[in-house]
Amino acid sequence: MKDKLKQITEEALAKIKASKSLDEINDIRVEFLGKKGRITSIMKELKDIAPEDRPAFGQLVNEAKQKAEQAIEDTKSRLQSAALEAKLASEKIDVTLPAKKKKTGHGHPNQVALDEVERIFVGMGYDVVEGPEVEYQEYNFTKLNIPEGHPARDEQDTFYITDEILLRSQTSPVQAHVMEQGKLPIRMIAPGRVFRSDSIDATHSPSFHQIEGLVVDKHITMTDLKGTLTQFAEQLFGEGTKTRFRPHHFQFTEPSAEVDVSCFKCGGKGCRFCKGEGWIEILGCGMVHPHVLEMCGIDPNEYTGFAFGVGLERIAILKYEIDDMRLLYENDARFLKQF
Amino acid sequence: MNTPLSWIKDYVPELDCTALEYSDKLTLSGTKVETAEELGKNLSKIYIGEIKSVAQHPNADKLVVCTVNVGAERADGVDDNGDVQIVTGAPNVTVETVGALVPVVLDGGKVAGGHDGGAKPEDGIVIKSGELRGVKSYGMMCSIEELGSDRNAYPLAPESGIYIFNDAVIKELGLKPGDDAIKALGLDDTVIEYEITSNRVDCYSIVGIAREAAAVFGKEFKFNTPKETGNSESINDYLKVRVEDERLCPRYCARMVKNIKFAPSPEWMQKRLRNSGIRPINNLVDITNFVMLEYGQPMHAFDYDTLEGHEIVVKCASDGEVFKTLDGQDRELDHTVLMINDAVKPVGIAGVMGGENSMITENVHTVVFEGANFDGVNVRLSAKKAGLRTDASSIFEKGLDPANALSAVDRACELVEELGCGEVVGGTIDIYPHPEIGVTIDFEPDRINALLGTHISTEDMLKIFDKIELAYDKASNKIIVPSFRRDLYATCDLAEEVLRFYGYDKIEDTLPVGESTAGKLTYKLRVDEKVRNIAELSGFDHIMTYAFESPKAFDMLNIQADSDLRKCIVINNPLGEDFSVMRTQPLNAMLTALSFNYSHKNENVWLYDLANIYVPKALPLTELPDEREQLTLAGYGDDIDFYSLKGVIEVIFERLGMNKRYKLNADCNRPYLHPGRKADIYYDGVLVGYIGELHPIVAKNYGFKEGVRAYIAVLDMPEIVRFTDFDRKHEGVAKFPAVSRDLSMLVPKELCAGDIEDMILQRGGKLLENVKLFDIYEGAQVKNGYKSMAYSLSFRSKEHTLTDDEITSAMNKILNGLNSLNIELRS
Repeated sequence: MKDKLKQITEEALAKIKASKSLDEINDIRVEFLGKKGRITSIMKELKDIAPEDRPAFGQLVNEAKQKAEQAIEDTKSRLQSAALEAKLASEKIDVTLPAKKKKTGHGHPNQVALDEVERIFVGMGYDVVEGPEVEYQEYNFTKLNIPEGHPARDEQDTFYITDEILLRSQTSPVQAHVMEQGKLPIRMIAPGRVFRSDSIDATHSPSFHQIEGLVVDKHITMTDLKGTLTQFAEQLFGEGTKTRFRPHHFQFTEPSAEVDVSCFKCGGKGCRFCKGEGWIEILGCGMVHPHVLEMCGIDPNEYTGFAFGVGLERIAILKYEIDDMRLLYENDARFLKQF
Repeated sequence: MNTPLSWIKDYVPELDCTALEYSDKLTLSGTKVETAEELGKNLSKIYIGEIKSVAQHPNADKLVVCTVNVGAERADGVDDNGDVQIVTGAPNVTVETVGALVPVVLDGGKVAGGHDGGAKPEDGIVIKSGELRGVKSYGMMCSIEELGSDRNAYPLAPESGIYIFNDAVIKELGLKPGDDAIKALGLDDTVIEYEITSNRVDCYSIVGIAREAAAVFGKEFKFNTPKETGNSESINDYLKVRVEDERLCPRYCARMVKNIKFAPSPEWMQKRLRNSGIRPINNLVDITNFVMLEYGQPMHAFDYDTLEGHEIVVKCASDGEVFKTLDGQDRELDHTVLMINDAVKPVGIAGVMGGENSMITENVHTVVFEGANFDGVNVRLSAKKAGLRTDASSIFEKGLDPANALSAVDRACELVEELGCGEVVGGTIDIYPHPEIGVTIDFEPDRINALLGTHISTEDMLKIFDKIELAYDKASNKIIVPSFRRDLYATCDLAEEVLRFYGYDKIEDTLPVGESTAGKLTYKLRVDEKVRNIAELSGFDHIMTYAFESPKAFDMLNIQADSDLRKCIVINNPLGEDFSVMRTQPLNAMLTALSFNYSHKNENVWLYDLANIYVPKALPLTELPDEREQLTLAGYGDDIDFYSLKGVIEVIFERLGMNKRYKLNADCNRPYLHPGRKADIYYDGVLVGYIGELHPIVAKNYGFKEGVRAYIAVLDMPEIVRFTDFDRKHEGVAKFPAVSRDLSMLVPKELCAGDIEDMILQRGGKLLENVKLFDIYEGAQVKNGYKSMAYSLSFRSKEHTLTDDEITSAMNKILNGLNSLNIELRS
């Protein structure tokens, strides 16, 4: 009897090992372990065994059953994972087929550049404010120390609507508006659209954008202006960018300066991009003229300040190497897509 | 402003620097050098040659074979006597030319351009010995164009052919064969072009720039005060001058020259003029131009014999007066235009241009030189009124130094005597009733340092002032400003002078100290930023457009003749009609951009613009208009339609925290939109924008082909901004299950989904969580006049699981509502 059990068990284990599918394994389970299975059935022969040997034999049968069960489970799990593997293999896709992409839009290069500039100055504690595009001549000129009859007021440069109202030719009038509000200290930039009577060509547009900057506080110095703009240029055009301050003239600042940055194409050696100069002009700036402070209700004996004005298109053109200003206003999707 | 470096060196003889050093240093001290053009850059081995013989070329009709003597110069083909054979086709070289001195480039030398005067190659053209039709030629005789110049600068050069030195120049410079022709022609010079700032009127002159250059390089500035001139006569016996308007003409100086003898001016003067971009004409004209360049003081010369009454009266014109300027044009004037008159008639517009009636002709015997100081603003306005901006007016308008008026006429007379151009009459008429009181500024070195953030010593500051002729009066502690510096009034001006010479590049970089501030955007700018992000994530490209446009846009957009949109701000002096009115709607700019893309065959283009329209409060404008920012979204192509654009608007509302139910009203007046596919957008009862398909007629006006549909939506941002809410409160996540019910119904065709949804939402009450249209159908299977619609309704309570009773009660209310709208339920 024992031998029979051993033989059946071995037969079962061999069959289990050889089985190739889950169906087959189920059949084997039924054949050996089912209610009428061959191992199960051996128990029925218990009566033929001497009563004292029955417990030991019963244990043997149970061990055989467990052994077979274990083998079946092991094989089953092996077969299951093989089946999953096969299924997944059959589901292989070509990952290089085109993506399904949702159309997304693009920022205008002017705006992309402006976002950069705003980020830099907000980080330095400046507020970003706006002013009117249609402006009183008083703010565009008089309060900026540009008196009646000054050539800067010429109709050749400025669009007038009436004698008193014009399209602002600079963002500087925002300076006057902010100073007049009387909240000191001031640290602000004012980006916006400005207008000049220039015909459209590769480097001119009758409508473009400037970013005005103004700081008014006690003890503001020219070295502060220089330090601030040097940091700005480095952040905007990359570390290692050098700045050069040249004396210049603006009616509403004194001393005044124009600022060049070292050409980021050639690093200052001189190339086509910088017209061989090694420097590229990017902005005008200076110490706020005491008359301007006074006219806006700030005591120039107590407060000083600096101001600067950057051409946004100029920054965008330089930073993104755009060779024709007209591209900025044509709004060709093929152009915009690049930003 | 162009000046030859050689002329600067006349005033700063010790100046010894390259053009590059000069440019850099002047630029960094505020006299910005734009370009420095070395005239002889591409000229080498060019000598003066004497034509010894000219013979016909044996094999070519149009060529001649010349022997040219180039002195002691040695080069390929030059024999021991200095003779060299050169073949030329120049039409002005004939047997008659034998003996002429001409510029000759020898083998291996270089010229600047071709004889046609066309574009000049960057590195010039190398000339080599060669053969022309079988005859050796060892160089080339040069035309003025080949030397890189033109007949404008060298009026004596022939229209076509070799440049031939004229006898006067040969005599003046003592030219002989073998001399350096580049030097003889004055091409051994560098022309510097400056950008002079408007405050430095003194630098619109050679003297002014030379003074700066001397200070920058620490060299002596040698100014020669014009020496005394004139015969024993007195100008007062010839001429009377009366200035009626002393404000507009603070100073008027006159001197006279008689027995004028015209001749070309000497080469040294021609060279100065030529290299400053002024064409030499004759000695008299050249003298006035020379003085204008040298002193920055425009001068005028009148023919004395045309001045009736031998009198000059300075006064304003009368209204409507017409005056013929010396260019032959009639100019209409008014009472604000200052005029120079004789006893009976006007003879010139002060500071702008003289009259034809008193102009210098070749028959002139006696000349009156005018050196005057006019009010700059008045000259500018006069020039504008006369429609005539001249070299003189553009200098006068900057406001000149009155001292210069006298120096200029004196200098002119000095030159007249030097050139033998005529006999200077003794004496000067100088009307200067209220001499200028000079400017003085308190010297406050501490304030200067405080403004600059520097620690420059008082001594160093005074040294700088001394270099630029600012005197220091110790007793009064004042800086005395010379009259030629018209730009210095206050301490900040002195600070700039100190810094210019101390060096802008030498000061430290610091950052403002003091109260720290947190930088931020205005609320409106925050909304703008958010809106831009949503638009871009929704697939729209940001465009930038012009704020002004053509009034024709209104017609293009199909806008009615009486529409308020046509009440727009008109620019007084526009660039042209296309840029003449401020936009009152954002559509034209957007459609222009779309149209550009469409005509360039760009497919599926979606754009957005975030920019102002300008709504006048009253016309003509008495106060600033309402600048309203508009978000404009538009596009054409397969993937955009009314509902997808509507979806973008909903996303915008959602992200801006505008959670109330907005309404679309199709019954709106939008003539630029498709009449059946348009709506005004209301939020909380307020009109905040509109949306629709472009009207086919408008689409056609903007160049779209028939059948192309474009969609456009506009949001009025000032209204949107006030409804935005970035505040969020957590509401919890639903804990109890939702129950859904579907409604399938037959709806009268004209009934809008929005109305049905309004009713369902209102009647569904608090428990109704969501209403979703999942099917809509019109067609054969649906009875006439109806459409089939199916909604899925979802109910949920936050407090408990809903009971059947609750849902049935809510559904009954809704079903009653459907009934009232004549909607039939489908089984």
